[in-house]
Order: sequence, then C-alpha cells, then structure tokens
Amino acid sequence: MSVRTLTIDGQPVAAIEGATILEAAKEGGIHIPTLCFLEGVSAVAACRMCLVEVEGINKLLPACVTKVSEEMVVHTNTPKLQEYRRMVIELLFSEGNHVCSICVANGNCELQDLAIEVGMDHTRFPYRFPDRGIDVSHPQFGIDHNRCILCTRCVRVCDEIEGAHVWDVAQRGAAAYIVSGLNQPWGEVEACTSCGKCVDACPTGAIFRKGTTTSEKARDRAKLEFLVNAREKHEWTR
Amino acid sequence: MTKIKFATVWLAGCSGCHMSFLDMDEWLIELAKYVEVVYSPVGCDLKEYPEGVDVCLVEGGVANKDNLELIRLVRKRTKTLISFGDCAVTANVPAMRNMLGGSAPVLRRGYLELADETPQLPYAPGIVPELLDRVLPVHEVVPVDIYMPGCPPDAHRIQATIEPLLKGERPKMEGRDMIKFG
Amino acid sequence: MDWTNLLEIAETEQKRQKSIRVHCCTSTGCRAANSLSVKQNLDNAVAESGLGDRVEVIGVGCMGFCGRGPLVQVDPEDLLYEEVTPENAPSIIEALDGGEAKPIKGDSQHPFFSRQMKIVRQHTGKVDPERIEEYIAVGGYQSLYKALYEMTPEQVVSEIGKSGLRGRGGGGYPTGLKWATVAKMPGKQKYVICNGDEGDPGAFMDRSVLESDPHLVLEGMAIAGYAVGADHGYIYVRAEYPLAIQRLQKAIQQAKKYGILGSQIFESPFDFKIDIRIGAGAFVCGEETALIQSIEGKRGNPVPRPPYPAESGLWGCPTLINNVETFANIAPIIREGAEWYVSIGTKNSKGTKIFALTGKIRNNGLIEVPMGITLREIVEEMGGGVPNGEVKAVQTGGPSGGCIPASLLDTPVDYDSLNKVGSMMGSGGMVVMDRETNMVEVARFYMEFCRGETCGKCVPCRTGTVQLYSLLTKILNKQATKTDLEKLETLSYMVKETSLCGLGISAPNPVLSTLRYFPQEYLELIQEDSLNSKVTV
Repeated sequence: MSVRTLTIDGQPVAAIEGATILEAAKEGGIHIPTLCFLEGVSAVAACRMCLVEVEGINKLLPACVTKVSEEMVVHTNTPKLQEYRRMVIELLFSEGNHVCSICVANGNCELQDLAIEVGMDHTRFPYRFPDRGIDVSHPQFGIDHNRCILCTRCVRVCDEIEGAHVWDVAQRGAAAYIVSGLNQPWGEVEACTSCGKCVDACPTGAIFRKGTTTSEKARDRAKLEFLVNAREKHEWTR
Repeated sequence: MTKIKFATVWLAGCSGCHMSFLDMDEWLIELAKYVEVVYSPVGCDLKEYPEGVDVCLVEGGVANKDNLELIRLVRKRTKTLISFGDCAVTANVPAMRNMLGGSAPVLRRGYLELADETPQLPYAPGIVPELLDRVLPVHEVVPVDIYMPGCPPDAHRIQATIEPLLKGERPKMEGRDMIKFG
Repeated sequence: MDWTNLLEIAETEQKRQKSIRVHCCTSTGCRAANSLSVKQNLDNAVAESGLGDRVEVIGVGCMGFCGRGPLVQVDPEDLLYEEVTPENAPSIIEALDGGEAKPIKGDSQHPFFSRQMKIVRQHTGKVDPERIEEYIAVGGYQSLYKALYEMTPEQVVSEIGKSGLRGRGGGGYPTGLKWATVAKMPGKQKYVICNGDEGDPGAFMDRSVLESDPHLVLEGMAIAGYAVGADHGYIYVRAEYPLAIQRLQKAIQQAKKYGILGSQIFESPFDFKIDIRIGAGAFVCGEETALIQSIEGKRGNPVPRPPYPAESGLWGCPTLINNVETFANIAPIIREGAEWYVSIGTKNSKGTKIFALTGKIRNNGLIEVPMGITLREIVEEMGGGVPNGEVKAVQTGGPSGGCIPASLLDTPVDYDSLNKVGSMMGSGGMVVMDRETNMVEVARFYMEFCRGETCGKCVPCRTGTVQLYSLLTKILNKQATKTDLEKLETLSYMVKETSLCGLGISAPNPVLSTLRYFPQEYLELIQEDSLNSKVTV
C-alpha cells in the first residue's frame, strides 16, 4: 500500500492510495460539506455539496468519490464553490415542503445545518410546493415525502447494511420519490425488518419514528458505523 | 438626534414573531430611544402605513389581497424591509395550503368538507379579503433587504439584527447565531 | 464459412438480382406515409406486367429525403419518385415498359443528394436490410474477415486510431483511444456495447442506420470485439424503435446462421455474440453509465466517472461503448484503410457525419456530409433554405446543443468549430429556425425536455432544470425582471458546472447559447420595475 501526498487548501496532506479526497481532507482536519454521503455505505455523488476544484482539471469533482493522486492540488472552499453549495441548498429547500417549525427533525437536521453553514438566509428560487404523500402504514415508522431530498441514504443503508432493499427510487426528475417494496405501503412490505436503520440514516425528518413530534427526532448514527466496522474490521464493541 | 422611523407589519402569520419581538423586554425601552414606532400591530395605533419609513419588520407570508396591497405599499414607503420570521422568508405553515393547489380547493376543504354545521363559503366582497391562489414568501412579491428566518426568531436574534441598523450598519446574517429555520 | 463461401454467397446473390431494381423505402418515415401499400402495389404491378424476369421490387431502408416520402428509386437508371401513393405506384412499373410514370419525379442530382458523401449510408436505400445476402453482395463482412485473418487486434486498434474517427454520439472522444484503453485493460471478460438509445428531439440518424443497414453495425461491433478482446456485445435500442429492433433481430439470426456471429467466426478462434437490450425510452439511458446500469437490470441512473466504462463498465468488466454511427464507420475504415478515411474531413474531425435536417427548411431528411462542410452549404444548398423566409438560427446537438445564429452560417461543421460557437456536434440533430421563431420559446422547449428526462439523481439537474423551466416561462409570460434574467444565467452555469452527467452538464446549453446570440429577445420580454411585475398567483 503506497501513500500519496497532495495539497488541500494549501495544506500538505498524506493519504493512502485509493483514498478519496473527502477522506484525505477529513484526516487533514479540513471540513468539506456533504449531504448524500454516509459513512459505511457506498458513495453516489448525487448532492454535489462536496464538489471541489482540482488544479489542472477544468471540471468540479465530487470529493466523496474522487481518488487522491500524487501532487494533486485541491481547493475546497473557493467563492465559486461557496456559491454553488448555497444554490444546491436553496434548490433543495424550494423543491420539497420543508416546514422546519413543525418537523420532527427541527434542530437536528442536516439540511438545516447546511443552510446555516452555506449562509442561506432565504432561497432565491420560488418554492414548488409539490403535493407529496405521507406513508404511516408501518407500525413503528413513517415517511413524509415532503421532507425527502432524495439523497438515497435510506436506499443504500437498507440494501447494503441491512440487506433488505426495501427502498428504491421510483419515477424520474421532479416526480422521483422513494418507493417502498414494489410501490406498496411501507407497512405491507414483508422484506422490511423494522430495523430502523433508515431512520438513523435519514438526514432530514423524512423518515421518522412514530410518536416523535416537533424537534424530537434522535438518530443513532453511530450504530451504522458500528455495524460496518464490526463486519469489516471485526470490532465488536461500541 | 432624528429618530429612525420604525414599523412592523403582520401579514399571514401567527403573530409569534411579534410576540418574540416583545420578548426583547427591557431592550424595547432602549430601542424606543432610537426609533419612533410609526406603524405596528403591537406598538402603534395608526391604520394607514405612513410614508418615509426607515426600517420595517414584516411578519408573515403573502396570502390574500390585503396582504398583497399592504406589502406593496410597505415596499414603496420603506427604506429597509426585513423579512421577519419563517412565514415571511419561506411562507412556512400558511403555505402548507399551497399543496392543495389553489384558493378554491382550500376554501372548499376548510368551509365545506370540514365544516361541522352550516357549511358555507365565505363571501363578503370588500370586507373579507380574497385569498390568493398561493401563499408566497415576501421576497417573491417585492424585493427584500434583510432576511431573518426563524419560527419565531428569538429575541436575541431580533436584537442582533436591529442593533447595527440603529448605527446605520447592515447586520451580518451569518452563522448559527443569525440564521435558523424553524 | 470461409472466404470462398463469402464470395460465393455474394456471387449467387449478384446473379439472383434482376437487372432492374425498384427500391421502395420501408423505413419508419415512409412507412408512416403508407409506403408498405406502395410496395405491395409495386409488387402486384410487376406480377401483372409480366416483367418479373428482369424487374424486382425491394423494400429498402431510408433514402434520406424523408420530407418527400414515400420514396421509390429505380436502378440502374437512378430515377427517383417522390410522394408516391399506392394509386400511382403501378405507373412506375408501367413506365419501365414505355408508359408514363405519374408520381412526382425527383431530382437525384439535386445538391441534397449530390453534396452528400456516403460512407455509413453507402448502401442504405439500395440493399434489403432483411436479407444478409444483399449486404454480403456489396462486400459486407469482408472487413471482419480481413480483420480476423490479416490483422492482429493491435493492428485493428491502431488502424482505427490512425483514421481519426471520433465518437458520433456527440462527445467526439477519439474512438481509437477508447478502443486502445479497453484493449489494454487486463481481465478475461470484456464487453462491447452499441448505444442505440437515440433520443434527441428531431434526431433519427441511428434509427435509420439500424433500420436500413443493420449488418453494417453488427460488423463494426464484431470487429471491435476482436480488437479489444471481447466475446460478447450488446445493442441497446429504445423500445420506440420497433422496426429497428425487428431488423436487428433478423440480422443477428441470419449472421449467426452463416457463422458470421457466434462461435468460431469464419472458422477462426474468435467468438462474438450479440444480444439486443431494449430500453424503455428514458433519454438519460443514452448516457453511457446509465445505459450500462440499465443493461444490468438496474434503474438507469448515471454513476460518477471515473471509473470510466473502459476500465469498469458492464458488471464491472472493461467495456467498450460506442454509438451506432461510430460502429457503422468501422467496416468501411478497415476495408478502405485509415489513410483513405483521414483524407476526408478537417484537421481534427475526420470522415462524415449524418444529420437529421429538420425544422423550417424546404428539404427535410437525412444527409451524410463530409466534416468541414459549412452550415450554409447544408442549409441553403442542400436544404434549399427556408420556404418563404430567412434563416434565423440553426440548432445542433439537440437538448445538449445550442443555437447558432444566421450570421455564423459559414461555420464549418466539425467538433471543434461547433463547440467554439457554443453549440456541439451532438448526435446529429439539426433544426433550422426562421425569423418567426421565438428563441426564448426554443430554449424553453429544450428545457422542458430535459426537465422531463432528468433521472433525478443529482440535485442541480433534478431541481435546476425545473427552476430554469419556470424562469423561462416567467420570462415568456412577461412577468420576469432583470433579476430573474440574471438568475437564469447564474443557475444555467451552476447546473452546467455541477451536474453529475452529460444530461445536466449540457441541459443549459440552449439557454446559454440563445442568451449569447439573441439577448435582445430576452430583454424585450423583461419588466422594468419589479414592483409592477405581476404576482404569479
């Protein structure tokens, strides 16, 4: 295994060959905002929050899937990236129905956190107010599609960690939504083991435990990491 | 010292932002040294929004014809317009009716389908303002100068937003202290 | 099957062919105009006239002049008949025996035809796409034989590299380089994929190639398989192309029967089988990574590159993926040699390109032209210009391309020149617009298309196209302000620079190019004062 040295935001960083820019930056203590990325499951580079500039390459690259290379010079926080990240968050806010004040994840929401981080005090794009549904057919959990940002973390966590593949994406474009089973109510999907990993994975209040009300959503994010570590590194304790 | 002409208006919102404004407690007295409240549901009894306002806090989204008329007047007569609270910034809870797709289905749902007795659509032209088809955040109707999200923004944040304005400076709406939705 | 057999089949077929061949187009375009009945009546007329011993009627692929279909062409005299009806069709046969042909006589020397240079479409409209023997009779599969017996895989790759052929799907990536990459990748299992998921509005080049000369594509794929070391190929065709699928199926079957596809091709150790995969008609599946996902049976979502398919493609194996027209160029290059190919076109764009010439233009249809021909030559000479009007712009590259104003009509048609003027070669759609066309509406049309076709995976493309579409609508409704116009531009660049795949990256191009060349049309629709702008309620 060899090591690559690169520069991220002017700081020299050493990373193991095959590591991503995101991993290298994290090790170097450099924060790159992410949203669809979730430790322990495959990266899909869908949210575009982690796009970075690499000198000599004329397109922006997602840090979560771009491997480091020798002498790479990475910029993670240029004015252009700041502007585009803010626009991503603005687009997400205007796309769904994100009514923070009545959301289970209020104050405990990665979308909210990112809005603060990118300095979004309002969205410049008109709100779409789509008519999306809510599925509370599952005895323990519910999914409110109004709050879904289609990061597909639930899809990946259910498929890759739990192995149940209850979730997937149906339709396309603005009509795309997270579908359970064969487009059945969640409660009727026999494959669902009610493990709750999707609740832990969801960055917003879209998937929640029943009975939680405004601001009450709590996640056990560490559980996901623990399971992956247990499996891959045989670390059996938390 | 000439006092700053200060106003607050209340469009489609729950008045919670105004309550939060009152939560500034004793600082309100400090504020009164610098500002003259020329229009406000909680601080002034004028019916007509006056000319030459320096700063106006606007609570609520734009939901009906009255809101629309008022916000246009406010914009014309105000130097610094602040979107005050989530309803003004995002249209928030009042806009949840937008998902029904227009004013007619909203009224039908509210006054006919959910009515316990004497279901009847409200109709009183000139008295009951007509609903707009969609509730809109303020900046989708008129230009806004400063955005102060929050449901409601807490008193400290309101103070931190207004204080620089008193000195003729623009507040920096950045970071967790100044931006919060919900 | 060996070389002698191949020549025997060709010879037998040449002997079988009658001296007078009446070609009747049976491709989708002319079919829609009732060409099957025309063919039936031509057949009947031959039978009734007793000319059956020297005249035959052949259902052929597209002749290109689609706007004037159904087309019938008679060889060896090269007579062309346009807008033939089932009623006046028999008179074409009668004319062979001294009668008077009633259908409109076309001019086969018209610039529309004479300015063309046919490499890919050399035999379309001449051979029956449903009979492999006709393809063999015009030299078909000889290139494959030549590659297998006279060239090493490396030589084939290098020949394609030397030819300067670039991807015809739109990107223009050097084909030889792609082949070399796949060929050099380690691994026993490799795949060849033919991208036939043509989906640009107004584009039908690939459909026509598949319907008119399916064996040309199969031969190109087989040569590619040999060159890169793949034994399995897939043709991905959208379900909206039923005739192309049917003809491909037939072609594959016939080739298999002759031992030209399958195991031990031409009795060599080379195996190559081709399967058809039918797409459900999602535009995004034309993007190579999404197409691969779709073949694997997954949702057709693009995935980030790298890794490129050449490195890790179908089922994680090195995969060569080229467009239909690219594969159709392979057999001619192997047959005539790279030097011949290099002599055609411009410095960096070699060979020919097929365009679907449509819109406000006199002569609609498919043309194959040498690279470097100017837009003006295509539009004014070949296309015959705009009927009762003037050209305002030419749109190339479909929803990924841009609008080129009339002032730039002297731009040569090659990859780099089109990029320089803010458009792109694309897969070959070419829509001519006249002075009446509203360019903002054009931009909105393409944005509507992208908005409906984005897969929804990445945020900028999924939500950005929706917002761009509504901004364009707001502008068209005269409700937009200067701020909205700035927003339109900023968002366009954001979607272009941040989207995951080519669909999103190119989706703003029609907006940006119309903003660049026709800013006045936007400004005329803009409201001065935002206070007076109407609220969209």
